[in-house]
Amino acid sequence: MSQKSLILALMGSTLIATGALAQDATLTIESWRNDDLTLWQDKIIPAFEAKNPGIKVKFTPSAPAEYNAVLNSKLDAGSAGDLITCRPFDASLALYDSGRLAGLNDLEAMNNFSDVAKSAWTTDDGSVTFCVPMASVIHGFIYNKDAFDELGLSVPQTEDEFFAALDAIKEDGSYIPMAMGTNDQWEAATMGYNNIGPNYWKGEEGRNALISGEQKLTDPQWVAPYATLARWADYLGDGYEAQTYPDSQNIFTLGRAAIYPAGSWEISGFNAQADFEMGAFKPPVQKAGDTCYISDHTDIGIGMNAATDNPEAAKTFLSWVASPEFAEIFGNALPGFFPLSKAPVELQDPLAREFASWRGECESTIRSTYQILSRGTPNLENETWGASVAAIKGTATPEELGQKLQDGLASWYAPQQ
Amino acid sequence: MHRARIRWHIAVFLAPAVLIYSAVMIFPLFNTLRLALYSKVDQERVFVGLQNFQTLFFDPIWSEQFWNALGNNFWFFIVHMLVQNPIGIALAAILSHPRLRFAALYRSAIFIPTIMSFVIVGFAWKLILSPIWGIAPSMLDAVGLKSLFAPWLGKEEYALTTLALISVWQFVGIPMMLIYAALLSIPEEILEAGEVDGITGASAFWKIKLPLILPSIGIISILTFVGNFNAFDLIYAAQGALAGPDFSTDILGTFMYRTFFGFQLQLGDPHMGSAIAGAMFAIILIGVCIYLFGIQTRMRRYQL
Repeated sequence: MSQKSLILALMGSTLIATGALAQDATLTIESWRNDDLTLWQDKIIPAFEAKNPGIKVKFTPSAPAEYNAVLNSKLDAGSAGDLITCRPFDASLALYDSGRLAGLNDLEAMNNFSDVAKSAWTTDDGSVTFCVPMASVIHGFIYNKDAFDELGLSVPQTEDEFFAALDAIKEDGSYIPMAMGTNDQWEAATMGYNNIGPNYWKGEEGRNALISGEQKLTDPQWVAPYATLARWADYLGDGYEAQTYPDSQNIFTLGRAAIYPAGSWEISGFNAQADFEMGAFKPPVQKAGDTCYISDHTDIGIGMNAATDNPEAAKTFLSWVASPEFAEIFGNALPGFFPLSKAPVELQDPLAREFASWRGECESTIRSTYQILSRGTPNLENETWGASVAAIKGTATPEELGQKLQDGLASWYAPQQ
Repeated sequence: MHRARIRWHIAVFLAPAVLIYSAVMIFPLFNTLRLALYSKVDQERVFVGLQNFQTLFFDPIWSEQFWNALGNNFWFFIVHMLVQNPIGIALAAILSHPRLRFAALYRSAIFIPTIMSFVIVGFAWKLILSPIWGIAPSMLDAVGLKSLFAPWLGKEEYALTTLALISVWQFVGIPMMLIYAALLSIPEEILEAGEVDGITGASAFWKIKLPLILPSIGIISILTFVGNFNAFDLIYAAQGALAGPDFSTDILGTFMYRTFFGFQLQLGDPHMGSAIAGAMFAIILIGVCIYLFGIQTRMRRYQL
């Protein structure tokens, strides 16, 4: 008897549920950010649904490492969600080229973004943008404020001040001047070369000139950052050659190092781990008064499945993602992942606010190797990892490294031949 | 007229193994070799013959990486042959000594690393050798030899040898067990007969036992060769797919993985990856053939 009524109740509720679904549009979001599941469910989706009754949103993330493969097979099978979280550059471009992602040029809210913000999801000729930029990460240096106060150091603005501060910390001896290792290789390129480099090659100007073939990797502005990296070796603590990325994070958050070459994604982790006050400074410029450039690297976007059944609802959602309201929720829930819209966002976290404030003072650019230049073999990004490590270790001169990278790039990239 | 009966039971008994082996080994192997003969041009798969192999061996960008990986592979193998197998034989000889106490305990302790996951071994050794938290520097410090410590896994000149020695540590149990079994199968009478002739102790090992276990040593060598040229896991777990520092620990397995599946911004190229896999297969095949036809057939066997 009770079993029968239970079955009836279940059937009834199923009917009601499907009835409700039939009236509304339900949007499903594909994503690799399973870390952010609660953020989407508790904050972002309720905020959107409150404004747009009739549209239901489901966030269905998969594991980061499997995302590209899972997404591709779902798209092939026609079972992918309506909205697709976009990886930057070639992975998403390939989806657009094969007709999986819809072009979004007619989306008015795209005007909320700068060209740099859109560069990761725009065709090579710049004609079509296919994902709404969601967040970027900014590079700079995080420092231990207590250590700086103790040693009476001020925040360095120029490269000379930077090395003077490192010398002072080394002289004192109670802190490792800078926490970075070369074991995992990518930190040297990402937190080293592409962190300090934009000040040398003048951000977008140099990056675009490299893509168009007007500048070469053997030019002084591309070689000089390696010479600066070579000077870092003296300040990196014993055995940095075998120091891994988690080692560096731990050394810094345990308070054993004074400066950490960083990406802003570290902020939430560091806030949880470190029990001292932290500050951040931007990559030092060569001479006082120089224009500063920061790496404001586009990381996450969101686009529309070209085969969606609810294109209007999907566009409504994308326009909302491009709005300041979304930017504020997202930026504050994930300190260190910065919304890319032009409208300023009030951030709560002081460290994140520090990073974001540089956008007003400096010119933004993205990592030099990410757009177009890493399509061939040898892969410029991977080669840059190796070159940055070699520069720090001193196993090759900056000029040799520039020549090697240029030869590799020229071997397959027509504008550089 | 007597007709030979078709012996169906033979086919029936063979079928499961043949089918499964064909489906999971033979077919993928030949399909990989086939894939190496194709390339992707404008989103289309086209037949290009041996062009991928030509690129692999003669294009300076590819061939430099290939020869580097092959050279590293040989060094990896040589370290195993010179360190792992002699130590394995020595351990087996000591363990088979009749008056050794706790032999079973030592045997298990030495064999246990073999059954551990590469990921655990790689991670544990990375921690042990870490210049920051590792116990290696503090242990050396305790005996006053701190100056001998270097961040071995991070130095181009030491990293590969260090990883090879970690692998030796992990797998020394296998030659030990095989040789141990071979030593135990030597009949007491032969050793006693030798004793009567005045051959005891170490000379009994060199003159009687070693010739009798030579076939086992041959098998171990070929297992080491195949295992080392297929190696990938430890390097990947300890150094990542870029096999740093500066590709100094890159072996054919990591080179193949990086090419086939892609890495970071580098998109995967299944056709070049298959070409590398094909080259690995050929190298192992040649090595095994040299052993089978050049060495094993000439080895003297003794009837026990």
